[in-house]
Amino acid sequence: MPFIPHTEEDEREMLAAIGAPDIEALFDEIPPQLRVQSLDELPVGLTEFEVMQLMYARARQDGRALCFIGAGAYEHHIPAAVWSTITRGEFYSAYTPYQAEASQGTLQSIYEYQSMMASLTGMQVSNASLYDGATAVAEACLMAVRANRRAKAARILLPRSLHPHYRAVTLTAALNQGLQFETLAYARDGGHVSLEALAAHAAQDFTALVIQQPNFFGVLEDVDALTDWAHAREALVIAVVNPISLALLKPPGEWGAKGADIVVGDGQPLGCPLSSGGPYFGFMTTRMQHVRQMPGRIVGGTVDVDGRPGFSLTLQAREQHIRRAKATSNICTNQGLLMMAGTLYLSLMGAEGLARVAATSMARTEELLRALTAISGVRRIFDQPGFHEAVLSLDRPVAPVLAALAARGIQGGLDLSAYYPELGAALLVCATETKSSADIDAYARALSETLRPARAA
Amino acid sequence: MSEIPPELKYTRSHEWLKTLPDGMVEIGISDHAQQTLGDLVFVELPEPGRSLAAGEACAVVESVKAASDIYAPIAATVVAVNAQLAETPELINQDPYGRGWIMRLKPSAAAAEAGLLSAQDYQLLAAQG
Amino acid sequence: MTLALREPLIFDYSRRGRGARGQWPSVPAGSALDTIPAALRRSRRPLLPEVSELDAVRHYTRLSQLNFSIDTHFYPLGSCTMKYNPRACNAAALLPEFLGRHPLAPVEHGQGFLACLYELQEMLKAVTGMRAVALSPLAGAHGEFAGVAMIRAYHRARGDLARDEIIVPQAAHGTNPATATMCGCVAREVAVAPDGDADLAALRAAVGPKTAGIMLTNPSTLGVFERRIEEVAAIVHQAGGLLYYDGANLNAILGKVRPGDMGFDVIHMNLHKTFSTPHGGGGPGAGAVGVSARLQPFLPLPIVAREDSGSERAADGRQPQYRWLDERDLPQSIGRLTTFGGNAGVLLRAYVYMRMLGREGMRRVGEYASLNANYLSAQLQRAGFEAAYPARRASHEFILTLKQLQQQYGVSAMDVAKRLLDLGFHAPTTYFPQLIAECLLIEPTETESKQTLDAFVQAMAQILGEAQADPGQLHGAPHTLPVRRLDDVRAARELNLVYQQAAPGQQAAPG
Repeated sequence: MPFIPHTEEDEREMLAAIGAPDIEALFDEIPPQLRVQSLDELPVGLTEFEVMQLMYARARQDGRALCFIGAGAYEHHIPAAVWSTITRGEFYSAYTPYQAEASQGTLQSIYEYQSMMASLTGMQVSNASLYDGATAVAEACLMAVRANRRAKAARILLPRSLHPHYRAVTLTAALNQGLQFETLAYARDGGHVSLEALAAHAAQDFTALVIQQPNFFGVLEDVDALTDWAHAREALVIAVVNPISLALLKPPGEWGAKGADIVVGDGQPLGCPLSSGGPYFGFMTTRMQHVRQMPGRIVGGTVDVDGRPGFSLTLQAREQHIRRAKATSNICTNQGLLMMAGTLYLSLMGAEGLARVAATSMARTEELLRALTAISGVRRIFDQPGFHEAVLSLDRPVAPVLAALAARGIQGGLDLSAYYPELGAALLVCATETKSSADIDAYARALSETLRPARAA
Repeated sequence: MSEIPPELKYTRSHEWLKTLPDGMVEIGISDHAQQTLGDLVFVELPEPGRSLAAGEACAVVESVKAASDIYAPIAATVVAVNAQLAETPELINQDPYGRGWIMRLKPSAAAAEAGLLSAQDYQLLAAQG
Repeated sequence: MTLALREPLIFDYSRRGRGARGQWPSVPAGSALDTIPAALRRSRRPLLPEVSELDAVRHYTRLSQLNFSIDTHFYPLGSCTMKYNPRACNAAALLPEFLGRHPLAPVEHGQGFLACLYELQEMLKAVTGMRAVALSPLAGAHGEFAGVAMIRAYHRARGDLARDEIIVPQAAHGTNPATATMCGCVAREVAVAPDGDADLAALRAAVGPKTAGIMLTNPSTLGVFERRIEEVAAIVHQAGGLLYYDGANLNAILGKVRPGDMGFDVIHMNLHKTFSTPHGGGGPGAGAVGVSARLQPFLPLPIVAREDSGSERAADGRQPQYRWLDERDLPQSIGRLTTFGGNAGVLLRAYVYMRMLGREGMRRVGEYASLNANYLSAQLQRAGFEAAYPARRASHEFILTLKQLQQQYGVSAMDVAKRLLDLGFHAPTTYFPQLIAECLLIEPTETESKQTLDAFVQAMAQILGEAQADPGQLHGAPHTLPVRRLDDVRAARELNLVYQQAAPGQQAAPG
């Protein structure tokens, strides 16, 4: 059996030391009627060779398509050094750093990560990561309710242009904790949250305003106006951001007159492969005054008995294993390995590399949009500036078009009709620095042929 | 052995209460409590002016290994909090009945000291650990 | 001379203008900025490292060398199941076709991947005895949230709105009451009997019309099997509540007992414990949930379904079609818990692990985990240590109490743990469960050899000797690690959470 080292002799000696006749005797406290009779529903075990053959076959079956989908998961080049380093056994198979002296590698990495994320987002402090972007938004809403003593109602304003899955997860998480949510409309021509939309909520008492930048449509919001509007009403601002975009965009800590209060997002673009949706990592940064309300682990610098500097988990009294029923959250994990991927990625890319990735992705998306809107029946919906995603409208239902493209090995984007029926036949497209001009041409040609009636054979 | 000044009143949740000459009461946590918690790292205090019901959680004392709520021993309004605790929470460890006082309250008209423990009764409770 | 960090911060390697240029797109950012409105442009560079690729690799490699890990050390952390992480699982999950697939890619481009997930669901059902499984929760605590949320949804759907109490044993892991609160419930603790089993009288007194359910693990956090589990189930069910199984200790009974057969209505599994996906220094985990028939409508989305159920190939020879179920298929679902389908890469690793184990391998996990724990317990008691429940069989873990050591020599569980680090072993879990004074919760797992266990016993015996002869040695431990005992109080009082240059207002000059 694969990973069990015991020889017959080992087993004999161990049973003798225990004073048990056989291994079954070790289960004699378990009522016999509860014992499993048969596991025949499970397949027989495979050798490593056999299972790898199976996985190669399944991977081959899936193949690799040309991907122009964004919608919260973005294909970026990941330097080889990222995963070769973090899959070292000392990182890969280490536990949560509760024994600090034996975990300085993990702890210092987390401290460096916290420092980078704080700076990237323009805030003062970061935690050691959360599960993903959506759950980070949910945690931010719960945190805002704890932190905003002035608001009487636990009401949060969510833009309709917030990632629909982030919204769904936030609602699920907050359902049993008495939070209420209101939806902010987006401007039909610009795709952004307009001041008119805000006006509808001007008289309400609410705890926080969530602003996603860029929003789900890839459109850039007027973050200064939105932030000041919320602060004028004694509400907190929760910023939801793409970390790559922060290389070029003003960070949330500098939004409006006072800056955002809590910043979250998904760290996937930083060194995490698409991998069918996970694992990724969520990030959260905030102001020092809110640090005790922040869920998740936090690493702090300290010294040892000799005065040597080192790192340990700190502020643990807020966490589940101590505070139990009154904890800030039940969260027991960060996304350690993925947070490390993000840290390695940021170290290798630096501010300059990040800026180039962001700019190249924007340029590629512009090129893609030009190529696609040159096709009859395809036009851009929103006229506001964007990051590296945009919404196109088609002159016919999107699903069959995407299916035709998929048959040619091209993933054309995300069909928005189920999420935003008011937009009609709408398609969210994205091109990052990984898409070449040849790739874009291939997409444009395929789309053009799909939309044009077939010529006589 | 923990110190239990005989002139103070105590609660089951390890708070002490001292009546001041002007009728206000001063609140803190007992020596036994601070020993159990260990070195304090943070104290979360209520805002002056807040009115409290008897038994209402009104503050939090945090050490590396625990974060404990402090409960109002009587119905009262908060008139002052010990601002020093923000910078030096360890005052509670060093001098829990003196410089480590936590807040001063104005008892509500209907407040009664019934249910508060004498030093002797509290000593029995603390001895149970 | 002031002492320095063993390995400087990455920021200390930075030099203006340095960078891993081979990783950057060739074209500078310049022109793209024009399309961004001026008011939205970043004016000051973030403080990120400016280092060569070699410096980055060297720095993080050297940091890794400061860690203990399963690959380098015996790691008997109770309740964490630190078993060997097979590398084949990693190799399979990192195959480029799996790695490069977008979560929203069409299912036609993911039948291989979805087949793995579907089969994982089926295998987890079989080994736990549950009716249906959902894979999306991202960690054990996340799975707990899903479980309690489903229990609430179930009662609400029946119109029973009064049930908001979740019963939790005193010895339970902190996530349990924290989860109850997150679901808008009140956690109600019940005592444990001196023999380690549930106190049935206390339980009967605690259940009633407000009981939504009970959260249990079996074996319990005390490291012993809950012998009266069927009675516990009956008491709670009769009172109208449901049973939730915390799968943290599933390793003890894998292949031997199934939570579904014990009467549990909902369980979460820690794939990063029982199914050996990597702990990664604190994540990612995966907290798949399994349910009985009555909770099936409430499962979190998405879930993988197979169109031609029952047969490998449809009559016309087509392969089975895998697809994602959504809100239309499960209108009563508690909803979506994740941005996408869960920690897919982790799920693939668990799948490969379960395929390698197969039916015989699963059974042997429970058997050899118990053999190793019982052996270690027997040998440590022989060496002079005190077990918390000496009359009980150990499950896959057991508790030692060091309260005698504390009373006689002033040596604490913390001291023993730190000294073990010096001797080349990661310490067991300390001070959990809180019920037992000065405790060590020890879980060897099935992948450790007798030689390793014997070496651990020897180290513990040495420490016992040191406690008697020279307790100062233990109070000052560890002595041989990159750092000695760290000041937790200072870490919490003088918060240093960010490299100071990274705080806004002190950012590096514009680039």
